[in-house]
Amino acid sequence: MKYAYIIIALFFPLLIVAYESVFRVDETEQVIITQFGKPVGDIISDSGLKFKTPFIQKVNRIEKRILLWDGSANDMPTKDKLYITVDTFGRWRIKDPLQYFLRLRDERSAQSRLEDILGSETRNAVAKHELIEIIRTTKGRKPEVDPLLVDADIGRLLPITRGRRQVEEDIYSAASGKLSEFGIELLDIRFKRINYNESVRQKIYARMISERQQIAERFRSEGAGEAAKIIGNKEKELQRIESEAYQKIQAIQGVADAKATEIYTSAYNQSKAAQELYTFVKTLETYKSVVDPSTTLVLTTDSEIYQLLNGVGQ
Amino acid sequence: MDKSKDQLADIPVSPRQIGFGIVVALLGYIAYSSYYTVSAESVGVVQRIGHYHEVVEPGLHFKIPFGIDTVVQVPVKRQLKEEFGFGTPGATFNRQITNPQEWELETTIVTGDLNTALVEWVIQFRIENAFDFLFKVRDPGAALRDISESVMREVIGDRTVDEVLTIGRQDIEASAQTKMQEVTNLYEMGLRIDQVQLKNVNPPKPVQASFDEVNEAQQERERMINVARGEFNKTVPRAKGRASQTIQSSEGYAIQRVNQAEGDFSKFNALLTEYVKAPAVTKRRLYLETMAEVLPRVKNKVILDDKATSILPLLQLNSIKGNEK
Repeated sequence: MKYAYIIIALFFPLLIVAYESVFRVDETEQVIITQFGKPVGDIISDSGLKFKTPFIQKVNRIEKRILLWDGSANDMPTKDKLYITVDTFGRWRIKDPLQYFLRLRDERSAQSRLEDILGSETRNAVAKHELIEIIRTTKGRKPEVDPLLVDADIGRLLPITRGRRQVEEDIYSAASGKLSEFGIELLDIRFKRINYNESVRQKIYARMISERQQIAERFRSEGAGEAAKIIGNKEKELQRIESEAYQKIQAIQGVADAKATEIYTSAYNQSKAAQELYTFVKTLETYKSVVDPSTTLVLTTDSEIYQLLNGVGQ
Repeated sequence: MDKSKDQLADIPVSPRQIGFGIVVALLGYIAYSSYYTVSAESVGVVQRIGHYHEVVEPGLHFKIPFGIDTVVQVPVKRQLKEEFGFGTPGATFNRQITNPQEWELETTIVTGDLNTALVEWVIQFRIENAFDFLFKVRDPGAALRDISESVMREVIGDRTVDEVLTIGRQDIEASAQTKMQEVTNLYEMGLRIDQVQLKNVNPPKPVQASFDEVNEAQQERERMINVARGEFNKTVPRAKGRASQTIQSSEGYAIQRVNQAEGDFSKFNALLTEYVKAPAVTKRRLYLETMAEVLPRVKNKVILDDKATSILPLLQLNSIKGNEK
């Protein structure tokens, strides 16, 4: 029984010593061992079970993965004096853990340093560029245009000389040198959100509204114009149809009249007798049409038709 | 107190039995903590004392207990999604939606013609490489959200508001997907972007009415054109019909005119033959025939004789005319 107590008495201190002298390094981290606050030995960057001197050495775990820096949204002016709210983010990695550990100790101070440096470099870059340079990326891209809006003179992209990726590139190159002093490797920085500031927004909306109204007006006047064109065309068509018909009618009738005249001439002109007869018959025919019930005829008995009224003898 | 001590002492337990009990409990714990199940849609990533050991397929597996082996299940077969500018309940992924207060900021995007559009979108993706997903980037889900927002703004920043709202949607989805995949590959996040879908895309609220106005004006234009076309179609074919009617009837006139002339010609010729044979008689016959036809029509006939010339002044032509009326 005595041995049992001794074993138990020794077991727990030994357990504590063992616990203090081994540690586990995860796949996602690297470790700096410090002795009384001062780094000792190499950086442990491979994972697994590791050993250290118990009690006097301390394990400092440092992230090995790519880390996110999410900047806070800041209001800043562009070169063309537009106030915009810019939200950026970046990716970074602890490249030199020792440097990082000595200068910053922990991630919280790293984040605040990133915020300082990237925030001010962002401000600088934005101030040097017009808004469109931060919005657009591809130089000379031709936008697709709605076929209905082709000649409305909208749907144009504003031209750029550098573009968003170049501005991001500027911030990156300005900041990465400053950050490497802290053992930080900046992998990239990107604009997450760019929005108009509240004060600018109303003006932008007003511009959008007027732009749309202009298109609407255009549609309406196009409609009226197109309708007028069709009506004009209608009137032209009507006049063309009527005049063409008139022309045809006149030609047809003319031809017929000529033909009839020719026939009559050939009949009445064939001989002297024909001419005589024509004159006679025509005169008689004229009577038929000239004499109507309202005519008052005063005839004498000398006339051929009534001469016999006085008797046959003469 | 004394009593309870007594009772404990009363229970006949030997140290051997205590030892046995401890061993059984220990064995039970070892048995319980040395197996695990990986669900069908996942793989298990095993770390041995923190060090990456292996990736195991779904099913029952054994591990070394006492926290030496740790297993993380990564749902590689599950379709995951992240929503921007809106949120549907029942998330499949811890980063699927953000705080509703963020939604307005997420949707507001400046277009390449410096207009603003409100864009909601969703990305569908899968974890392609469990190792990369766990060990290359911390919190890949949050990183993907940032990348998605940034890329979507980059793509929309290169387009006009009309492309964003109407004609360019598919193009935006496709290029956003390609670019997001490029960036996630760059950081070896182990993710595969399957789809980027634009949801509601609208102009900002204060501007909405003027966009509607454009649509209305467009309708109005079509209506005006159609009305004019109707007017055209109503009158022009009718006029064409009328024209061809008058042409036809003038052709009828022409036929009639010529036929008439020809008839007259024959009639005259027949008469002429008679006339040549006996001119005086024919002439007289014709004269008398005509008179017989003409004279009965005349109501007022006055026949005078040379010897009665004095009657003439008595004749009241006016009164005769008056009677006529």
